[in-house]
Amino acid sequence: MISAIVFLPLLGAIGAGIAALLKNDALGYTFSLTGVLLSALLGWIAFITMAIPGIDETIFLASWINVGTFQVDWALRFDTLTAVMVIVVTTVSAMVHVYSVGYMSHDKSKPRFMAYLGLFTFAMLMLVTADNLVQLFFGWEGVGVASYLLIGFWYQRPSAHEAAMKAFVVNRVGDFGFALGIFALFHLTGSVQLDVIFQSVPNLVNSQITILGYAMPALEVAGILLFIGAMGKSAQLGLHTWLPDAMEGPTPVSALIHAATMVTAGVFMVCRLSPMLEYAPFTRDVITVVGALTAIFAATIGLTQFDIKRVIAYSTCSQLGYMFFAAGVSAYPAAMFHLTTHAFFKALLFLGAGSVIHAMSDEQDMRNMGGIWRKVPFTYAMMWIGSLALAGIPFFAGYYSKDMILEAAYAAHTPIGNFAWYLGIAAAFLTAFYSWRLIMMTFHGKPRASAEVMSHVHESPLVMTVPLFVLAIGAVLSGWMFYDLFVGYHWYEFWGRSIYIDPANHIMEDAHHVPKWVKLLPLFVSLGGIGLAIIIYGMMPSAATGIATIFRPVHQLFYRKWYFDELYNAIFVRPAVDIGRVLWIRGDKATIDGFGPDGISSSVRRFAGFCSRMQSGYVFHYAFAMLIGVIALLAWYIRSL
Amino acid sequence: METTTWPVLTVLTFLPLIGVVFLLLIRGDEDVVSRNARNVTLWVSGFTFLLSLVLLINFDPTYDGYQFVDRGQWLADDGIGFMMGVDGISMPFIILSAFLTPLAILASWQSVKHRVREYMIAFLALETLMIGTFAALDLVVFYLFFEAVLIPMFIIIGIWGGARRVYSAFKFFLYTLAGSVLMLVAILVMYNIAGTTNIPDLAAYAFDPDIQFWLFLGFFASFAVKMPMWPVHTWLPDAHVEAPTAGSMILAGVLLKMGGYGFLRFSLPMFPDASVTFAPMIFVLSIIAIIYTSLVALAQQDMKKLIAYSSVAHMGFVTVGIFSLNAQGIAGAMFQMISHGLISAALFFAVGVVYDRLHTRDIDAYGGVADAMPRYAVFFMIMMLGSVGLPGTTGFVGEFLVMVGAWQANIMVAIFTATGVILGATYMLWLYRRVVFGRAEKDEVIALEPLNRREIFIFAPITVLVLWYGIFPAGIFEIMDVSITSILEQINVADINVSGDSQIATAALGE
Repeated sequence: MISAIVFLPLLGAIGAGIAALLKNDALGYTFSLTGVLLSALLGWIAFITMAIPGIDETIFLASWINVGTFQVDWALRFDTLTAVMVIVVTTVSAMVHVYSVGYMSHDKSKPRFMAYLGLFTFAMLMLVTADNLVQLFFGWEGVGVASYLLIGFWYQRPSAHEAAMKAFVVNRVGDFGFALGIFALFHLTGSVQLDVIFQSVPNLVNSQITILGYAMPALEVAGILLFIGAMGKSAQLGLHTWLPDAMEGPTPVSALIHAATMVTAGVFMVCRLSPMLEYAPFTRDVITVVGALTAIFAATIGLTQFDIKRVIAYSTCSQLGYMFFAAGVSAYPAAMFHLTTHAFFKALLFLGAGSVIHAMSDEQDMRNMGGIWRKVPFTYAMMWIGSLALAGIPFFAGYYSKDMILEAAYAAHTPIGNFAWYLGIAAAFLTAFYSWRLIMMTFHGKPRASAEVMSHVHESPLVMTVPLFVLAIGAVLSGWMFYDLFVGYHWYEFWGRSIYIDPANHIMEDAHHVPKWVKLLPLFVSLGGIGLAIIIYGMMPSAATGIATIFRPVHQLFYRKWYFDELYNAIFVRPAVDIGRVLWIRGDKATIDGFGPDGISSSVRRFAGFCSRMQSGYVFHYAFAMLIGVIALLAWYIRSL
Repeated sequence: METTTWPVLTVLTFLPLIGVVFLLLIRGDEDVVSRNARNVTLWVSGFTFLLSLVLLINFDPTYDGYQFVDRGQWLADDGIGFMMGVDGISMPFIILSAFLTPLAILASWQSVKHRVREYMIAFLALETLMIGTFAALDLVVFYLFFEAVLIPMFIIIGIWGGARRVYSAFKFFLYTLAGSVLMLVAILVMYNIAGTTNIPDLAAYAFDPDIQFWLFLGFFASFAVKMPMWPVHTWLPDAHVEAPTAGSMILAGVLLKMGGYGFLRFSLPMFPDASVTFAPMIFVLSIIAIIYTSLVALAQQDMKKLIAYSSVAHMGFVTVGIFSLNAQGIAGAMFQMISHGLISAALFFAVGVVYDRLHTRDIDAYGGVADAMPRYAVFFMIMMLGSVGLPGTTGFVGEFLVMVGAWQANIMVAIFTATGVILGATYMLWLYRRVVFGRAEKDEVIALEPLNRREIFIFAPITVLVLWYGIFPAGIFEIMDVSITSILEQINVADINVSGDSQIATAALGE
């Protein structure tokens, strides 16, 4: 059954790929939808029959790389952590597949799109079922490629393929760290198999790795390297620049890959490695700080963006930051809980935004929207549900999971935990604010679109609204449904061996016993954010520009995304090409060839020319040379006398 | 050593030469000669490939030593004799040579129009010499094959090449020849000392470490140029740019591997102490090669030049792997060579496909090729991803193992090598983006003809192998496992020698 869950989407993708070559849309839909819907169904069956009773299973498929002591198998590991990811991935993926049938109906290469989606789903499932780090890496890069293909799906647009390439390369920087982390762990433990690594980790607490003469704690080095990989994939501060640009892809892609699943792979990886990270406290501190900074940083940018998808993208980035700092303070179940609820409500928000974009004839700029809520009531309601869940309003999913994270950060009682808590609270305010800024700008106020666009505004077809509805159920119910199971007092019984927290650390317990005001504060700041946004954007639209002008430098900083792109272009991108050109022209052509082959051949030619000039053919030249020779001989003879 | 009943290896080696005889016998007007020459060559090279598969099927991967050994009297009884055989190191390269040659012939089916017969003769001669190089078990025989390979390639570039073909052909020839002269000197010295040029005997002979030092350098000069390693790589971009498509396929696919093969066949087993001594120098050169040539590749406007520079970077991985001197490094290097042989051949063919249509290699002349040639875009994409080492392709297995090996040898080497993975993605994706993606605006690009059956037939088998062995590489590792283990045993003896010395040295310092 596990194999079927993983490979059905691949079969669907191959079928859709063949359909793409045959230019047969219906066949493509049949293959890919069957594959992914069956996979989702089986995923839920597996969750109920295996994860809840606590049955772990590892299925060996084949041997992969087998050289000396380096043994890697293709194997599917199915434990609770995997099961949770499987239902998230297959459910959201199935909904996105269905939605795409409607959303992409005007596109001319539908089966190609479905094939890429299926390929992505397969790679993601390989990632979450990985039994060893190398297979995890396979899934990791596999989703990267699928994301590359999907961001660049409209390959004729320069901005699309530029964003696709950027996503791939920035992720490669993260993968660079991930790969080195694998090498380090293999060197330390002699295996890349997760169980073997986790068994040997406790004995490695005092081992060290020497890099450039500095001895460093081995587990911390490996932990940081692996986390660099997670930062790349989950768009954390520093390696986040690709995610907003990735919105060039069709909206269902943004919902599936850049909100619900792929970008959460980093969080999954950190939780998966919990048995190791528990022995790497410094790494966890780094994770907490990076997560907290990303949460606030991305939220500040989200405040100022006008592209509806980019606002949600920065929101994703920020929410991933929450998950990371939860994991950083050892509250892995809370991170996974937020991952799950977030998958539902963020996919809902993205697909809702897609429905808006669809209705507005592919308009994405919120400055050209407004006043459409009566025309698209269903979408409008869905966006409200998504935003309420995101803002953490009681009884919606985000309320349970986000509050749990903040409580855990507070309960950590460490300076770093407090730091994360403060930033988390601040980010919660900003989250609520930008969410209602989005709702107000998109749906309320006077219509700012052209009359022609406005006349076409329509509610989306059933094939798009049904998935929205399913995800909305998740956004409402997944919070209280999973609360006890995931993060309740008996969290350990559910997660079993798949998550390890140092037994001396009672963070999950403590998180339930924080002071009342700590529990209530997130709610109040969220309500404050919502209220402020409604006042500013709903009641006095001119105030926003006024505030932006007053705080112009700050607004510019946020609006230009803290100048990360400019900085990276100046430091890395342009110099790389320039250095390449210099090395080529000055290095290869001038130096190596100049002194090497070309230099030698021209010296030889010069020498040969000199020699041939000597053979002038004039008798007096030869006679003169002979005379000099005789004199030299005589001189030598006389001297030796 | 096993001896077979019929000299299958010698037959395999010289079979293409029989084809040459047929080609010389063809009579008729030029069209008829060309058509027959193409067909005969394809049949002969195809049959050679089938025969190489027979060899593969009968190959016993558990046997430690050389198989299918053929001997013959040659230069009297002075220890120099004709001897051929294969082990796990040479077997994959022989198959690779025999596999790529028919595809290269097919690749030049239409693009070569004049002197077709002579062109085909050059390719068949090249095939004999390539297989001979990998199968030779006598140093002098090896040297002859290894050097003679230059001649047909020199002719292929010099006659059927592009505008600057003569410059490039000479550069290629003289560069490689200069390196080989030093190897010849080293071979003479070895013969003087050991009294034989028999490769298995020489591998068993323990050369004095001081002499090993110089012998290693002699061989290194030749292999470093062939590889090519930085800074003696500048012949490669020029040679590739001017070579016809099929020439580039063979050059990148097989000829570059002769350097790596040489390191594994000669340098490591015969000069183990010197290999350990020189490993740091080779690491430095390889790392420079990976980073330097990747950056240079970024600046290229010529598709072929870009791929040529990427080859230098990929070969940098190979040398890092070989001189990691551990199982993962060496197996990774071997695998990387085979993988690069397949992928780079396909990439050069991919350039050839569009070059045949538009007669330019300038990247800016393209853009939006995907519209007119969707299948081409798919094949090119798979090869591009293989080249950047995506898991699931052969490129990943090789690169990853090399870095696993490198980390164990030296962490900094692994870190620097891994930067090549980022840079590699950058230049390949940028190439793909500029050629295949975008909106086709130029009329000639819009009017590009889609891939024909012949071209698909060339891409398809390579694609299948790149994916299959990326997912199930065990088939290749099985072949070379035993041979790599025996190389490692020799190195480990040397390792103990060297570290023994250094222990004495530290003991002396301590006192």
